[in-house]
Amino acid sequence: MLTGLIAQLLNGVQYGLLLFLISSGLTLIFGVMGVINLAHGSLFMIGAYLAFAVASATGVFWLALPAAVAGGVVLGALLERVLFRQFRTRPHLDQVLLTFALILLFEEARSALLGNEFHSVPVPSALDFSVPVIGGFGYSAYRLAVLVICLAVAGAMVWLIERTRIGSAIRAAAENTEMLDLLGLDAGRVHTFVFAGGTALAMLAGALAAPLQSVYPGMGDGFLILSFIVVVIGGLGSVAGAFWAALLVGLIDTLGKAYVPQAAGIAVCAMMAAVLLWRPTGLFGRG
Amino acid sequence: MRHVSRRTVLAGAALTAGLANGLARPAIAQAAPLKVGMMLPFSGTYAALGENIAAAFELMLAESGGKFGGRPVTLVRLDDESDPAKAPANANRLVERDNVDVLLGTVHSGVVMALVQAAREHEVPLIIPNAGNVAATRELCSPPVFRSSFSNWQPAYGMGRVLAARGVKKAAWVTWDYAAGKESGDGFRDGLRAGGAELTHTLTLPFPETNFQPILAQLGGLGVEVVGAFFAGGGAIQFVKDYAASGLRDKIPLCGSGFLTEGVLKPQGAAANGIQTALHYGDGLDNPKNTAFRAAFKTKTSRDADVYAVHGYDAGQMLAAGLTATKGDATATQALAAGILAATIDSPRGPFKLSASHNPIQTMWLREARDGQNKVIGTAVEALADPGTGCKMAGA
Amino acid sequence: MIVASRTGQCVLGGAALAIASMPLWASAWHMQLASTALVGALFALSLQVLVGATGLVSLAQAGFFGLGAYAVQLLGSPPIWVTLPVAVVAAGLAALLIGPLALRTRGFFFLMTTLAFGQMLFFAFHDTPLGGGTDGVFIQRPFLGFAISRTARPAVFLLLNLGVLVAVYAGLCGLMRTMLGHALQGIRSNENRMAALGHDVQRLKLIAFVLAGALAGLAGHMAALTDGFVSPDLLGWHRSAEALLMILLGGIGALHGPILGAFALTAIQEAGTLVTDRPRLVEGVVFLAAVLFLRHGLAGWRR
Repeated sequence: MLTGLIAQLLNGVQYGLLLFLISSGLTLIFGVMGVINLAHGSLFMIGAYLAFAVASATGVFWLALPAAVAGGVVLGALLERVLFRQFRTRPHLDQVLLTFALILLFEEARSALLGNEFHSVPVPSALDFSVPVIGGFGYSAYRLAVLVICLAVAGAMVWLIERTRIGSAIRAAAENTEMLDLLGLDAGRVHTFVFAGGTALAMLAGALAAPLQSVYPGMGDGFLILSFIVVVIGGLGSVAGAFWAALLVGLIDTLGKAYVPQAAGIAVCAMMAAVLLWRPTGLFGRG
Repeated sequence: MRHVSRRTVLAGAALTAGLANGLARPAIAQAAPLKVGMMLPFSGTYAALGENIAAAFELMLAESGGKFGGRPVTLVRLDDESDPAKAPANANRLVERDNVDVLLGTVHSGVVMALVQAAREHEVPLIIPNAGNVAATRELCSPPVFRSSFSNWQPAYGMGRVLAARGVKKAAWVTWDYAAGKESGDGFRDGLRAGGAELTHTLTLPFPETNFQPILAQLGGLGVEVVGAFFAGGGAIQFVKDYAASGLRDKIPLCGSGFLTEGVLKPQGAAANGIQTALHYGDGLDNPKNTAFRAAFKTKTSRDADVYAVHGYDAGQMLAAGLTATKGDATATQALAAGILAATIDSPRGPFKLSASHNPIQTMWLREARDGQNKVIGTAVEALADPGTGCKMAGA
Repeated sequence: MIVASRTGQCVLGGAALAIASMPLWASAWHMQLASTALVGALFALSLQVLVGATGLVSLAQAGFFGLGAYAVQLLGSPPIWVTLPVAVVAAGLAALLIGPLALRTRGFFFLMTTLAFGQMLFFAFHDTPLGGGTDGVFIQRPFLGFAISRTARPAVFLLLNLGVLVAVYAGLCGLMRTMLGHALQGIRSNENRMAALGHDVQRLKLIAFVLAGALAGLAGHMAALTDGFVSPDLLGWHRSAEALLMILLGGIGALHGPILGAFALTAIQEAGTLVTDRPRLVEGVVFLAAVLFLRHGLAGWRR
């Protein structure tokens, strides 16, 4: 029973950290650009498919991670320059419909280019073993590696945002767009940077998840809703908020599925309702 | 065989509808083409299954010279997207817009219910080439509705029987929380009980969730000797891999309904080795029909045939048998049903007949996954019929 | 929010008469297609109360729609004079529960919150045995007061759906001319000004949210009757997005916009099935084209 609980907690943390990679990009894009991107889950899926393509072509899974990041930067920059830039000042309705169109078109593009088959990405052989945890219970080494990678990425993000010039520009932009002009910064470049970065994070999450949950059409749908909930709970534009909220959601979702499977989906939404009642701008949001 | 464009069909349909509005179905000119509406998933999760079913049905049609019961056959394809919410409209689209004479479909067990409904209401013959929900041949059974595949209950029942015969006493069942999973679980339970064993635990997660960790962490402590599972597609791949990775495989053997390892062995890799499953088809079935079918399918599609292709092929054979009996008249429901029920379908899975509730009475093979194949290693249950509980049809 | 001009109303009335005459000349399939468009129009019209009239973009609307549909199934199909009010009240009550929470937020937060609440309703039917499970179930159609043969059914439901849509549209036209209608439109153009003028903005928004939810429940109820089938997918947020597309296609600034948009989308989708096996591609392209090029919708074509 106890070992079971420890395993569930580890799973919850690992799931939550993956969720953080996806929702941190989402929350920054909201915070800095004021753009809502419903296609964020599709970017996750594209990252996973890219990982599959790279891993099966080269036989080396680790190449998939830089490939996903690079692919994300290129795709994100392209999307921002071509589409999202014009939609910053458009009503929410237009943004919702634009990004919904992207969901459908990304799915179609995937179907045409890579087919509809389920693919499995093997766990890299160096990590294909179990690490003994308490009581003889084994935990997958790859899952632990994902946990460590996610934590490292989170650390890097905090450093980037708190300690670098582009980071202060992002913070300024999240505060107020006119601040950028006062600081003499080019808002357009900050936006491209943030969107490209957010896309890269979602695709990296997809690549990391590929060996954990296979690659299949529509695999990002569930993550999209959960990462929206994370952003609402954490507070708009707050990376720290996204971090703690993602862990909370990951744990509740995992424990819920283990012990009350039929209520897990509702439990997460109910928690969001509770947070909204208490703090309508989220745990780390500004009033 | 001839593919008509949708446009032609529509123009024709509009014309006929205009002329025949309010009249009864016009008398059939026997030489007029018979229109078969194929409502299958050609996009989304089940697209690969839909393509194989369609290709095998076309193969069977080509083998019989493009004609069933002397009538040339035209096919109308419609992508059902595996979306139950669009299913009633899609089924009507085929029946009322395209005026098809026969329905063929589908994979998703929610979507198939719309086809069953349309078939019952319009008395259009329907052949179900995959979806295994038991209701279609139990309480909702109907004279024009036939199934060329299986009921969810059948494969899992076969597996349960095998385990009980081996002396297993306690087993657990893991599946998605949806009809197919639940009905397979019932089969597993009934099979175990028939041999004096018991299903002690059923663990579920929402469809189509693939985060199995919460479930795997519980399995070790249940005190069961075997774990049975029903998953398909991506869920099956991931469950088998996660089961092996968790280290459970060496302590509690994993088995299941055949779909656990069907069409997904390559991605499952070594994790699937040794998993035993029961299904009405398998690799290495040594009969001439199977050999010929596999060769022909490979030539046509350059893919290997699978159980889904067999369903599509046998749907063609059943339809051919029925239409031969009625000389091509698809509206003679009684005679069509009599023709199909009287026939012994020479299937690649082995010959079978239909039960009174229109579901195949078929042998469940015991298979073991080994080196990328589901090798048939024996017979789980011979000539197994679905109980057909609640089917109130004359003769059933 | 523009209510159609006198000429416009005459054109709409003429179109309604044309639809009402379909049983005389159209095939069963075309009547069913028209029914689908009418139900879509009703659903999009319910959302227009929020989007066009009040300026709130909600993604929870499909949840209320599905709730109205499932009311028929959960009640076990008693006659329509029971199912219809129950569906409307159930959806309205759900909106009354969710509204105060969701309306604590604004802008993006409101979008995301309604998305999450809508999905919560979806999960309630998708993950639990309530309502018959993941795959959906067929329902017995409620008794309408007279027996209907199968051949007469498409015509009967066409007229029924048309009647409900006309009644709801007329009601909303009237509402837009009342103080409440003007106050809602005031919120859309400038929320702070309305608050400064002493209006209870929160309460007004909640009224709009509940009214929209109840009307969505009515639309869902009609959908369940028309199809004789309910499934959890009716509650999925994709369906809310589709209703938003109808609004944008038809024109966000006009009360009759969603009706035009629903018919346009149904026609485009139907035409799409004639030329391609890829319905999602068609829909994606329509979405993209509408949002890039059709800023004022069909209702604003002349401007």
